[in-house]
Amino acid sequence: MAAHVQASSLPPSASAEGAGIVDGSVNGETERLERPPKRQNQRNNYGSNNQDQPDAAILAVPSVVVRDSGGSRPSRLSGGGGGGPPTNETEEEQGLKYGAQHVIKLFVPVSLCMLVVVATINSISFYSSTDVYLLYTPFHELSPEPSVKLWNALANSLILMSVVVVMTILLIVLYKKRCYRIIHGWLILSSFMLLFIFTYLYLEELLRAYNIPMDYPTALLIMWNFGVVGMMAIHWQGPLRLQQGYLIFVAALMALVFIKYLPEWTAWAVLAAISIWDLIAVLSPRGPLRILVETAQERNEQIFPALIYSSTVIYTYMGTHYTPQQSQATASSSPSSSNSTTTTRATQNSLASPEATVASGSRSGNSRPHPQQNNQNRDGSNTLASEGMPLVTFKSNLRGNAEAAGFTQEWSANLSERVARRQIEVQSTQSGNAQRSNEYRTVTAPDQSHPDGQEERGIKLGLGDFIFYSVLVGKASSYGDWTTTIACFVAILIGLCLTLLLLAIWRKALPALPISITFGLIFCFATSAVVKPFMENLSAKQVFI
Amino acid sequence: MTLPEFFGCTFIAFGPPFALFVFTIANDPVRIIILIAAAFFWLLSLLLSSLLWFAMIPLRDVLAFGVFFSVLFQECFRYIIYRILRSTEQGLHAVAEDTRVTDNKHILAYVSGLGFGIISGMFALVNVLADMSGPGTMGLKSGTEIFFITSAAQALSIILLHTFWSVIFFNAFDTSNYLHICYVVGSHLFVSLLTLLNASELYITTLLINYIITIITGVLAFRVAGGTSRGFKKFITCQ
Repeated sequence: MAAHVQASSLPPSASAEGAGIVDGSVNGETERLERPPKRQNQRNNYGSNNQDQPDAAILAVPSVVVRDSGGSRPSRLSGGGGGGPPTNETEEEQGLKYGAQHVIKLFVPVSLCMLVVVATINSISFYSSTDVYLLYTPFHELSPEPSVKLWNALANSLILMSVVVVMTILLIVLYKKRCYRIIHGWLILSSFMLLFIFTYLYLEELLRAYNIPMDYPTALLIMWNFGVVGMMAIHWQGPLRLQQGYLIFVAALMALVFIKYLPEWTAWAVLAAISIWDLIAVLSPRGPLRILVETAQERNEQIFPALIYSSTVIYTYMGTHYTPQQSQATASSSPSSSNSTTTTRATQNSLASPEATVASGSRSGNSRPHPQQNNQNRDGSNTLASEGMPLVTFKSNLRGNAEAAGFTQEWSANLSERVARRQIEVQSTQSGNAQRSNEYRTVTAPDQSHPDGQEERGIKLGLGDFIFYSVLVGKASSYGDWTTTIACFVAILIGLCLTLLLLAIWRKALPALPISITFGLIFCFATSAVVKPFMENLSAKQVFI
Repeated sequence: MTLPEFFGCTFIAFGPPFALFVFTIANDPVRIIILIAAAFFWLLSLLLSSLLWFAMIPLRDVLAFGVFFSVLFQECFRYIIYRILRSTEQGLHAVAEDTRVTDNKHILAYVSGLGFGIISGMFALVNVLADMSGPGTMGLKSGTEIFFITSAAQALSIILLHTFWSVIFFNAFDTSNYLHICYVVGSHLFVSLLTLLNASELYITTLLINYIITIITGVLAFRVAGGTSRGFKKFITCQ
């Protein structure tokens, strides 16, 4: 499961988000069109590179943040390297500030997902009893002996984890080999199953639980509409809210499937095992999820929409909105054109005061053609046109270092300026190409709608995290004790908070499961074993503490 | 009958806190996080007191013992969260969108107090509420009919009291007002121990005294936070 938080919620003060260029959309794979490319910095990478390669370019995307992790390094990412190091303190704080909003932006969907699961568990008894088992769990824990149950659970979770590991590695290999069609087919198939088959089962059980009769044509009509809209929203395009809603529902459904089909102890063992696996997969240098994230960065792509919940604004949606303006914006290459203005404004944001002038300089310069760089562009896009990733080419051209060193290694002192210029160039270059500039527009559009320039950054949370949080809370609520459920809920939210705090400090992809699941497990067992009898005693006697 | 009772009791206990949450907390992400953090700290204190209660096997039936130490643990954790909030105040000031959170020190106290109160009320009431929603009803065979509604009313008073206590407590430590600290700990102990009388169905006594204490504490918290009777009068008459 792609369980990691992706850091892209960072303050404008250090972000070069203006340098956004939409990825995937160009490459004919329209599925990716609607998702904002996500990027994150990896402090180690670009930290070391800061010294080695003082001049590299960034290909930042709107949600990217180019920023030093505060405190560790004095050198800032500043245009031309001219900017003195701004106080790291302030940047850190700003990171936390936007963090606070994004924490809430994740709290709400996580809570909603848990709410759906808990409500379902408590109202539909179908999901709280295990009678059929998954193929992956051959041991059914039928023996009353705790020791037998224990090894059953351990063996089951071991099997399940190896399946997860193999699948993850398969995904990474496919991704590395650029077998996008296979991956997309895989994802589409699995979301198809969830959205049609499992939703149908859910509907059936829901109707049964509430004793509502419904004829097959109506049910099929509902299913068809629901499923098709969901497939479109997840894999193609749709309003962000709709997509988020579908992702939450899919995660909840998946969690319900786990709760239903995993034997009791196995579920707990799997929770513990998956959080350890998450830790390894995201943090270890050769961890598959880390490789996935880094490769996605390198290629300037976003990870598959079906795997990640994103709190950012929708780009396609905005893009369609702003398309009419687009011609106007490109026609008038004056600085006042909203497109370039937002771009450079973002860049301005990203820089300390000396760079602001640079940014404005580049803004005024956006009307002047940059033939040379355009050529570079074209060359680059020629080489990689087949792959449809002009950005990568971009980078390699600038860097002169075509082998993908990873986007994060490209940070350098004067990158912001370049980014700003490049941005504009790209825009002017692509103005002829309606589709491209349209995409470009989609990137900047959110900026226009949110003049404070904070909205375009978002935090991404893997759907796997949603699923396993919900499994934990749902499993806790299946014992019928609400205090345990609430304790788990609070513990998971606090764990998520801590993870996001660490994210703000370390600025790299972090596993979101370990802290939360550890807290959740501790509180779940502690509450059901120790707190529950105490509270039951108290509330039976109506004693309030 | 069970469902209306469920909703009625839910709204009695959690209606006012919910309104407080919606109107004063929900708009500010920092406050929501502090609220949840306070709830977490309350959970920790409850965990500690439950562990103590659980470990003291001979004293398990003597609820007064568990209640006494639980109150002490809660006040300790209130102090811990006070220390944490005060030490991170600088950071919060930079972080908070709305600088009122740190400009007015009572907001932090209020938010963390509400967090304490809401989680405390939830833990006290939520299983009772779950039982309330059916299929049976209290008082059919034995026991009192007003068990649920008195529980809900007590829970509301505890939630409000926690909010007031935090405001007084934080301010008392800021100004080294030991009288107020003693008042908070003392009244918390008193209220909690008083509810032991609920077991013998002395609802009128306990509820009356508890609500009197709630009002007194509320007035004290209002004054501590800088309110005056003139201001209150102006507020009431919408001037």
